[in-house]
Amino acid sequence: MRSRLLLSLLAPLVAIAFALGLAAVVLLAVDVDPVEAVGSMLDFAAQPASVVSILNRAIPLYISAIAVAVGFKMNLFNIGVEGQYLLAAVIAAWVGAQFSIWAPLHVLAILLVAAAIGAGYSGIAGVLRVRRGVSEVISTIMLNFIAVGLTAWLLSEHFRERIPGDLNIKTPEIPATGWIPNANWLLEIFGLRPPNNSELQGFIFGAALLGVIYYLLVWRTRFGYELRASGISASAARVAGVESGRMIVRAMLISGAFAGLVGMSPLLGFFHQYTGTFPVQLGFNGIAVALLGRNHPVGMALGAVLFGFLERSSQILDLEGIPKEIVTIITGVIVLAVVVAYEVVSRVVQRRTIQAAARAAEARPVPQEAAV
Amino acid sequence: MVHQHFMLADNLTVTENIVLGAEPTRGMVIDLGEARRRITQLADQYGLDIDPDELVEELTVGERQRVEILKVLYRGARILILDEPTAVLVPQEVEELFASMRELTQRGVTIIFISHKLDEVLEVADRITVLRGGRTVDTVLPGEVTARQLAELMVGSELPTPEVGEPTVTDRLELQIESVTVHGPDGRVVLDDVSLSVYGGEVVGIAGVEGNGQTPLIEAIMGLRPISSGVLRIGGEDATGWPTRRIRDAGVGLIPEDRTTQALLLPAPLWENVMLGHHWNPPFAKGMWVDREGAVRRTEEVIASFDVRTPGPDVPALALSGGNQQKLVVGREMLAQPRVLIAAHPTRGIDVGAQAAVWDQIREARRSGLAVLLVSADLEELIGLSDRLFVIYRGRLVAEVDPATVTAEELGSYMTGAKVG
Repeated sequence: MRSRLLLSLLAPLVAIAFALGLAAVVLLAVDVDPVEAVGSMLDFAAQPASVVSILNRAIPLYISAIAVAVGFKMNLFNIGVEGQYLLAAVIAAWVGAQFSIWAPLHVLAILLVAAAIGAGYSGIAGVLRVRRGVSEVISTIMLNFIAVGLTAWLLSEHFRERIPGDLNIKTPEIPATGWIPNANWLLEIFGLRPPNNSELQGFIFGAALLGVIYYLLVWRTRFGYELRASGISASAARVAGVESGRMIVRAMLISGAFAGLVGMSPLLGFFHQYTGTFPVQLGFNGIAVALLGRNHPVGMALGAVLFGFLERSSQILDLEGIPKEIVTIITGVIVLAVVVAYEVVSRVVQRRTIQAAARAAEARPVPQEAAV
Repeated sequence: MVHQHFMLADNLTVTENIVLGAEPTRGMVIDLGEARRRITQLADQYGLDIDPDELVEELTVGERQRVEILKVLYRGARILILDEPTAVLVPQEVEELFASMRELTQRGVTIIFISHKLDEVLEVADRITVLRGGRTVDTVLPGEVTARQLAELMVGSELPTPEVGEPTVTDRLELQIESVTVHGPDGRVVLDDVSLSVYGGEVVGIAGVEGNGQTPLIEAIMGLRPISSGVLRIGGEDATGWPTRRIRDAGVGLIPEDRTTQALLLPAPLWENVMLGHHWNPPFAKGMWVDREGAVRRTEEVIASFDVRTPGPDVPALALSGGNQQKLVVGREMLAQPRVLIAAHPTRGIDVGAQAAVWDQIREARRSGLAVLLVSADLEELIGLSDRLFVIYRGRLVAEVDPATVTAEELGSYMTGAKVG
């Protein structure tokens, strides 16, 4: 068992080493010293302001990865996290701005609205798959286009707050009772003093909680067992009395509910309103993080932080005269390398377990009287 | 080779399907005119009437088969292998196919015609070779044998003697199906007005050549396929239309016919496999949670009582040999204490030792009052275990035979349709 754990850690490490090696080749090709480049990235990332920025980027990415992973666990590809979180964010931002109640309840109400919108929108793809046989890959991609248009239309036509002289398109600001306080004290425990204007978003605890919920749901509940069983073998699950249609709809609803929460950290912790500058692409990057973390709650957390690090530290490369697109290339290579490395490692593991089982079968004496 | 299941692209024309992979070209363009000319010529030559410009999705089954044959001829084949070509045809289309086959052989084409329908073989073949268990049994001429003699060759003349021991049958009617009819996805009748009852403490066997309705029968009982008409009763209760989970909860256990795709989650640990199909009940579940300890304990019980050779309950199922996997499946169903056990090909593809163990388990379960429906293609297994034995042919139960007295010839005749009960 311990060697298996070791091997599963080996896969991402080998992959990252491989990706860095490849990146070094790319950097050398454009006449940059790779050691120096990585050194300055690491130096920059170690600054308190960078730590805050990396974690703030990692929070929504992590939740997005969870949303994707719920689907992956039963071979469903929810490509629609992007659309689900944008739509959820704009509607939750508007609803949250309409009232002000006791702070924890206000925040909770906004989160519930976002989760419900995400679930409902993702549920469309689930129902289409079950009732009409439409591949969820295609329907969620199409629903992304619709969501982007819908979000823009809602924002400009219905939710927009018109202030004379202000040309920004944005929803009204959520009252302070709907804000999530920052978690800078967490950094101070670790002896980091964040600069004045930077705040670690308090939803980092929400993300951690969602990670725990994801783990319990998928690995500890009967629902999670049926989800994984359907993913491993849909036919065996069916024979065992798992109704596949119902499972698909439920999985899409849960995946969508997680997706709805993706935008909540930046919305309630930083922007406090939906604006044109609200972060996009979190849904698509979540797919990569889920792949990188192998759908594992801890693996995806590490993956999300790695993505946050690469995004943040790419900013310093520009200052050093290195094209920062190099980071995008490294990111892609890492994900590809992890997928390949994991495949190779899992084959090695599989061969070892089969050999071990064969040895165990031989070691036992000839069959005794079969007894009930 | 002409496959039993057609390998055609529905949205292409007959011509495009036939030339696929061997397109005549002019530069970089497919020369469809040339292709059509050659196909028409072939079709005329061999009397295979077909419109080369029709879309395949518009064709009847018989016409599609002609396209498959033309596809092979187009590539210059002189030997045709037809695998169960009549299985999908209506009688009139069968006649047309036979006419084409005679035309082809007259023009020097060799045809290998694979079928288990004796009347067809006798009608169309010049020479008949009987295979059994991967060996050639005999080669005969159709004029010199009767359908009955062929049937005996197919089944083997030596039937084992039953060894079930004292009858243990009770008067508890556990499983009953009454006039059940089931339709396939294409609308054809796959199970036709079948009635059957299984009492506690008896093993009822279903013999038949595969593909004659065994799978629809099992799926109908398990709630995996809708019953078009008729009634399914479990322990006296009307269970028609129940979902699979409710049928399992009513006490029906299943040893599925395909171990790797229907019975097991291969990459998952053994204890998760032992849960499968019972995972909503104790000891596998506590409310909405999975009870790992309970599942592992039950798995250890299965491993010990059913002699599953494994390093432990945590290894993935794919690490076990087929025999050990099957013992795990049998053990999981038995320890759930069902009232009815559906055993489909329970010893297929496993070693002799595991086979004997599984047979012992079924006999033991019968003694303790379980109602067993045994579906198998292994006559030794059927005669060795069954109290009563039915033969299924083309979706109907065509005969009930006594496993103690039935002869190979009789059984073979029913199984191949040479004799109707």
